[in-house]
Parts: sequence; structure tokens; C-alpha cells
Amino acid sequence: MPHLDAAYNLARWLAGNDHDAQDVAQEASLRAFKFFGSFRGENARAWLLSIVRNTFYTWLRKNRPREKMIELNEETLEIEDVSANAEAFNPPFADAEAVRRAIAGLPVEFREIVILREMEGFSYKEIAELAEVPIGTVMSRLARARKLLQKHLAAEFNPGGQS
Amino acid sequence: MNCQQAKSLVHAYADGELEAAAILEIEQHFQNCPGCASDLRNLQSLKKSLRSDALYFTAPAELRQRIKSELPSPRMAVPQNWAWNWNWLTAATSGAFAVCLALLLMMSQARPSSEKQLAQEVVSSHALDVVSTDQHTVKPWFNGKLDFSPPVKDLSAQGFPLSGGRLDYLGGRSVAALVYQRQKHIINVFVWPTNAGDLKALSVTAGQGYHLIHWVEGGMVFWAVSDLNQKELSEFVQDFETVKAFNP
Repeated sequence: MPHLDAAYNLARWLAGNDHDAQDVAQEASLRAFKFFGSFRGENARAWLLSIVRNTFYTWLRKNRPREKMIELNEETLEIEDVSANAEAFNPPFADAEAVRRAIAGLPVEFREIVILREMEGFSYKEIAELAEVPIGTVMSRLARARKLLQKHLAAEFNPGGQS
Repeated sequence: MNCQQAKSLVHAYADGELEAAAILEIEQHFQNCPGCASDLRNLQSLKKSLRSDALYFTAPAELRQRIKSELPSPRMAVPQNWAWNWNWLTAATSGAFAVCLALLLMMSQARPSSEKQLAQEVVSSHALDVVSTDQHTVKPWFNGKLDFSPPVKDLSAQGFPLSGGRLDYLGGRSVAALVYQRQKHIINVFVWPTNAGDLKALSVTAGQGYHLIHWVEGGMVFWAVSDLNQKELSEFVQDFETVKAFNP
């Protein structure tokens, strides 16, 4: 089963726990297998992950209809400039637990872009296709997600400081 | 390049998504602007920590096993204690047949949790593409969607009303699935063409409450799958074989 780790990793980050992630990854894998005949693209991993994504959002609507989604105006807002704080945090970032908490705290649409870019190494174009959003949205979400992560980590490493 | 421009491009730069000319410009800016250079270092440091192996969840062995047990696989071992007639098994060589065989094995080996999944996938909760109790509606619905014409029969007089039909995929090909009902029980009949000669109905108890009956008639492969008891499913198949198909 190629790419099952990638499928599970994405599902795990999206769903937030092992049990739900296993259900989502399993359903997506079986679905991928079932429709394998209709798959003509070259990137099997991207294709499988797009199925994981769709399966997850269907699952989310059914099981957690109240999960906070980002609002449109929030996305288009000018990103706050954190460089003023730059001296305050240059954290070692060695603490995986802190980073884990920071990622988990992101809105789900930001989280998925971070996973696809940093952990799976997809290009902006691949992410745009996979997540079915324009490339500009990929870039703005990624930029905003990173600012949020930096802000969160700065606060953790420098709890006394303003962030 | 000014700071404003550099800020809007720093992510694309760190992600290796900038074109050569822009790379030269932004790198020059970083050399002259400590603020933007510091932003870049912070970003690179963040990227590095996001790529840490410690953050990547690898699939649990349990999940791998669960999926494996549900996927038709050529390596899947056939239980030795099955009352198969290997002559007709080896005679039927189509890929779709192999999938159905695997499907059957899956059913017999499915654990309760995966059985539920399977029931969803194969037997009951598939949304019907055409919901109709009328063979005259179901039959033409398949026209143009398949490269063959499945026989759709009216068995309501025999107590098996038609619920509808849908397209399904087995072994990479489209097959027709006719859905009949008896009380609360659903009977799926998968149909696709074959070059094989006729085969008499052979029933298999697949365990977990599922029964399957397989036959080949007039160049079509049939698999009836249901949680109906074996006796009634056999009656269904007899009726299905006896009743003439609607042919416009």
C-alpha cells in the first residue's frame, strides 16, 4: 500500500486524533482502490491525499458540524507584521511538542496547506490542484498560517512578552 | 526591491517557488536589509522545525492490516477448507471475476468492524443512481452508461420488488448493479459480460451472515449478494433465471 503513511499523516493532522484519522485514512484508501480504474494522473500520492481530504471534509460535516472554519474576511485581512517581534523570538524550535500544539491550533484550512507544503513537499501548483483552491489562496493561507505559528511559538517561548 | 515587495515574496523564496530574476533581486535585498534577512531566518527556522520527523505520523500497523484485509489482493491466501470446485474456478479467468472472488474472501474474513464498512461499500448504503421499482425505467437508464445491456427483470410478483440500479466498479470495469428487496433485506445483483460458457448457479455461504450466488448465463456473469438467508436467496436466483427479461 503505497503512500499510506502520507494518507494517515494528513488524516491524523486534520482529524486531530488517531481513532478518527484511522477511519478517514481507511475509507479513503478503500475508495482510492475502488476507483483506481479511473485514475489517469501521474502523481498517485497527490491523488490519494485529495481523496483523504474529501473524505475528511465529508466526515467533518457529519461528525463535527461546528468545527471552526476560517471566515473569508479573516483570510483577506492584511497579515499582521510580526517582524517587530523578531528579536523577541528566535526560539530553538527544537521542542516538537510546542510545534505540534501550534499546528494543531491552526484553523483546519490553514493546517492542511502547512502539512501539504512542509511535510509532503508539494509545490504551490500541486497544492492548488489537490485542495481545489486558486494558487493565490494557497500562498495567502500559507503566509498567514506561518505568521500564526510564529506568533503562537513566540508566545510559548516568551510567555511574559507581548505577542 | 523594497521591504514591502520582499515581504510579499519571502515565502515563495523560502519555498523555492521564485523565478531566477526575482531570486537575484530578493537576495540582494536581504544583503542590504537586516530586518528582512531576519524575517527570512525566522521563516527558515520555522520551516525546518515543521519538517521534523517527530511531527510526521506514520500509519499504525493496525491500520495497514485493516486495509489489507479489505483489499482484494492477488497474494491473498485462499482458505483451504472451502468447498470450491476448482475446475470452474480456473475456467473463469476474467479480472472482474477475480475481484469478486476476493470480495467473497473479504466477506468471509471480515472482522465485525470491517464487515460494517463492507456492508456499506458493497451491500446496502450505496446511493442508488436510479431509484425505481419499474424495470422500464431501470433498463433504459443503463443505456449509454455501459458497453452492454444488463437483463432487468420484474420479480415483484415473486416477492422481490426492484429498488433501482446503479453503476459500480469491479476490477477496473463498470458493472451493472441491480438492487432488489425482500422485506428489510437488500439483494445486489452484479452483472457484466463474459466470454465464458453458462454455469449453473453455485451458492456460497460467506460468513458474517452474507450469502452469494454466482452463475453465468447467456454471456453474462451474475453475482447475487445479500444478507438474506440462503434458501430465500436461492429462490430469488431461481426466479431471476426463470423470469424473462424486459426487452424493449
